[in-house]
Amino acid sequence: MNQVMANKKVIFLYVAPALLLVLVLVYIPIVLTGYYGLMKWDGIGEMEFIGLKNYKDLIQDHLFWDSVYHSFLLALFSALSLIGYLMISIILAGNIKGADLLRKIYLIPMLLASVVIAQLWMKIYHPSNGILNHILMKLGVVDPPSWLADPRFTLFAIIIPVIWQYAGFYILIYYAALKNIPEEIVEAAKIDGATPFQIATRIKLPLIKSVIIVTIVLAVVGSLKYFDLIYIMTGGGPNGASEVMASYMYNQAFKGFNFGYASAVGFFLLLICLVATYLIRKLAATGQDTPS
Amino acid sequence: MIKKAYFFLLASVLVVSLALTGCSKGAENESGSGKVIKFMHLWPAGSSKQHHMIVEEIIKEFESEHPGVRVEVEVLENEQYKNKIKVLSSSNKLPDVGFTWAAGYLKPFAKGNLFAPLDDVLQDGLKDDFVKGTTEAYAVDGKTYGLPLELNIAPIYYNKKIFKENNLEVPKTYEEFQHVVKTLESKGISPIALGNKDAWTGSLWYMYLADRIGGPKVLNQAIDRSGSFENPALVSAAEEIQKLVKANAFNKGFNGLSNDEAKSEFLNGKAGMYLMGTWELPNFTTNEEIPQDFRDQSGYFKFPTVKDGKGDIDSWVGGPGVGLFVAQNSEVKEESKKFVKFFIEKWGEQSVTKAGVIPATKVDTDKLDLPKLYIDVLNDLNQASNITLFADVQMSPSVAETHLNLIQSLYGNEIKPKDYAKQHETALKNEEN
Repeated sequence: MNQVMANKKVIFLYVAPALLLVLVLVYIPIVLTGYYGLMKWDGIGEMEFIGLKNYKDLIQDHLFWDSVYHSFLLALFSALSLIGYLMISIILAGNIKGADLLRKIYLIPMLLASVVIAQLWMKIYHPSNGILNHILMKLGVVDPPSWLADPRFTLFAIIIPVIWQYAGFYILIYYAALKNIPEEIVEAAKIDGATPFQIATRIKLPLIKSVIIVTIVLAVVGSLKYFDLIYIMTGGGPNGASEVMASYMYNQAFKGFNFGYASAVGFFLLLICLVATYLIRKLAATGQDTPS
Repeated sequence: MIKKAYFFLLASVLVVSLALTGCSKGAENESGSGKVIKFMHLWPAGSSKQHHMIVEEIIKEFESEHPGVRVEVEVLENEQYKNKIKVLSSSNKLPDVGFTWAAGYLKPFAKGNLFAPLDDVLQDGLKDDFVKGTTEAYAVDGKTYGLPLELNIAPIYYNKKIFKENNLEVPKTYEEFQHVVKTLESKGISPIALGNKDAWTGSLWYMYLADRIGGPKVLNQAIDRSGSFENPALVSAAEEIQKLVKANAFNKGFNGLSNDEAKSEFLNGKAGMYLMGTWELPNFTTNEEIPQDFRDQSGYFKFPTVKDGKGDIDSWVGGPGVGLFVAQNSEVKEESKKFVKFFIEKWGEQSVTKAGVIPATKVDTDKLDLPKLYIDVLNDLNQASNITLFADVQMSPSVAETHLNLIQSLYGNEIKPKDYAKQHETALKNEEN
């Protein structure tokens, strides 16, 4: 077997199918998107080369910058919500009663399709029949807001289900990581007289730091390119109040027939995601002790 | 050495077999003798049962009358259909026959030379069958690229029971209409059900007000650039919309509700009026899923006239809905055109009686046994002084996007009527260059 693996040609042959798929499905489309971004194209007729005009328009397009802002808000809240998940996971991993059941309950939203979650929350937010406004009216609020119609609330009304949707996923990751910490280390800390809070912040968190960084990257990049709930619940409306980069790209391409411009948006989105990933890794690295 | 060769063989078998599994399918399609017409439509058996059945029957009949020709069907739901057509056309692989929408939607396809002109089919005796003005909506530069299947106008449906309980009459003028709104609002009933998440729904109200205030031409001229969107009539129509919003004429949270959600409020008797196309007629007549009580108590009226306005009461907002196209690069173009002609002829007879669709071809009401609402609509259609095509269909896709967004902010009181008109004007102007 070793002999086979030593042969470069065989290695290539084994890697080839996967490599081919990744090339065709990921890298070539990325290059093509960059290429289309230089064109004026309605997706149907002839393409016309216009150089960087799409990108120039992009910089002046306030609708686009609004969507960028919304995407970043979503990313910020997703990242902040990680703190909550982490606390829940630490409690769950601390062998409390019913931890197993709770963990399963937290996982449920992850098992639901986005469409189901969207429908569910649209019912909750329904301006006159929704359970949320029903409760508010019972509590004496005379004119509760229409959550998905009022531009002041729409974005936040969507961020909440998004955070809820992914809770189980992150809790699962943290839980697994925390369970992996050797029992002896925690025992030793206890014997040295560390409080539970100290054990959590001084011992557990540093030990799962690499996992935390991965989840931050996942949450931020995932939010920046987020699309599904927004598409179903509001379609980016009313008048762009909940538009994010991905939904703006979709609307430009499939509703406005501006394929070239949408490609430019897509390419920009890719760049932002790459920069965000790089920055997070960089920031995380500065906190680390430099190996001597 | 032999061992090495053996491993090479093993590895290459793995790779090749993987690649081959991908190709196993394609070959068998060619096996059927004769010609195959690929046909895509958007009426799935589940959500549009009657439509689907009629299409199936028409295809069967066509196949038996044209031996050697087979019709291969692919069905997708509305939004998915639109997306798929988009993707297929960017790689120039449209089905031989499919559905399109009029005017603005159709234009890029016609200009991109993807649809075949169908004037020869029209001249072949079909032209007189169509209601006047319907095929024109599918014409680009004098050539017709689609043949319509439906013709819709948008009346205001109302709940007779709610009107009666509140001593209200069908409004003929806008003042009477405002009185209806005020009365219902004071009784705690939503006067109008509107699902403005989809925005074209709100556009209907705006279009009617524009028509009644400024006459049937102002909006059309603003869009075809022989006029301006900053026309005072178009601005004051926008003002009227905001007055209606301020008077709580629409149901709560309309900007976040889909048309279906608004419709269900009306169907559940929670709202007094609902402005929508005649494609909803089955829900008020024959649809068994809606309680008989409700169907009996629903009627419709024409959008009331505005005092000193230029529009008359017989002018409608509406237009042809979906139509059939034939792909320009189709290998079975002749057969496809025959199929389209056959389809249109058969469709006209069956669609209205079986599916409750008002076809774009002429209907002889004397011969058919139809619910009263249908006969009324068909008669009103005959008397129509004008039908203004839905604004978002008239406009090019990208201007339509702007229009729909502006409609939402107009209803949401986030924009002044003047700016609303101005931004339309800018978008339309940019398109010109």
